[in-house]
Amino acid sequence: MSSQARHIQGMTTLLQENSAETAREAELILRVKSGDHDVFYQLIQPYERRVFATAMAILRNEADAEDVAQDSILKAFRHISQFRGEAKFSTWLLQITINEARMRKRRMTIRVMESISEQADDEREYRPREFADWREIPSESLERKEVRNALIEALNTLEEKYRSVFVMRDIQRLSTEETAKVLDITQASVKTRLLRARLMLRDLLSPGLNGQWTSKVAFAKGVKPWE
Amino acid sequence: MGVTCETVWRESSNYLDETISPELRLAMDEHIQGCKQCASVIDGLRNIVTLYGDERMAELPAGFSQRLQRRLEANKPPTRRHFFGWAVAFAASVVAVGSFELLRHTAPKKPEAVAPPHTPKPVPPDMQVVVAEGGAHFHRAACPLLNGHSNLRTIAAAEAIHEGLTPCPRCMTEYL
Repeated sequence: MSSQARHIQGMTTLLQENSAETAREAELILRVKSGDHDVFYQLIQPYERRVFATAMAILRNEADAEDVAQDSILKAFRHISQFRGEAKFSTWLLQITINEARMRKRRMTIRVMESISEQADDEREYRPREFADWREIPSESLERKEVRNALIEALNTLEEKYRSVFVMRDIQRLSTEETAKVLDITQASVKTRLLRARLMLRDLLSPGLNGQWTSKVAFAKGVKPWE
Repeated sequence: MGVTCETVWRESSNYLDETISPELRLAMDEHIQGCKQCASVIDGLRNIVTLYGDERMAELPAGFSQRLQRRLEANKPPTRRHFFGWAVAFAASVVAVGSFELLRHTAPKKPEAVAPPHTPKPVPPDMQVVVAEGGAHFHRAACPLLNGHSNLRTIAAAEAIHEGLTPCPRCMTEYL
């Protein structure tokens, strides 16, 4: 099948999907491809957060993540003619972001951070370490920046392969299948890494003996950001 | 069917995602009711998934969208319509300048009230700026975009420009 035929087939498939949102997205893609560049922002607006979160998952630094997120979106803008609709637009956009972030990471000197996951690998089972009672942590606690920062700091201590899967699945709410496509790994690996990431975060943010949250991450001593 | 603690831990993620068989779920529920440690694991994981899944955990930095839209605008490829627009604008400016010159020579002189077009200020070459390794911009020392960078250098703006860096879109807007 020629690339043109594959392109038409891909775009047709995209258009036929029974979703108003997908149809609107396909229409915007066609408009941008035919030169209506003004609508590109409408096309990527629903994915801004995902692109930024993906870059953050790899780079762990807001300034670099913003740079890479914006560079990735610009790259998608310049190369949209290469998007053939064989995968979802969001998957294609996130794949560009992953590549850009990894290239940036290679160029940067990353601080070596102590991580409980450094000895971990996919082959060995991760065993939970903390068994204190958990009380429900109200979502309202996220109104406080220090709580969000503490969660981010805990996430940042995970090795990239666990962090990226966790961000895709539990923050961006991508399916196991989509996550596997974006990261170019098997669905089985997604499940294994997600389990390990969740268990490690649970141990890192385990409750103290008196029911107060403490953290194994080096937050300021004596500070319990959850209270 | 009975399950061990190890099985509960191994399947805990699938349990939360509801991707296990009804039989295994029932067996895990029975085990969790009688096992404090496994209850702690499941409760903890549920908290983790709920907290990280909250929309507030995926917030964009302030002004991200505006900066992105400016960059997209600046990177639009020229189109035929744009070329035509430029041609019309150029022709109009030629006519305007010609008319202005004609008026200047024929009418009595008045103070000029034409607003100058926006031109960015040139960056003082000897201005001290901060650059982060691998970054594309140079910054003022207090720029929030530098937070978290470990490898920073302070150099003259001329040197930064020579290295191909451009003024930071957040802290040096007057030079853009």
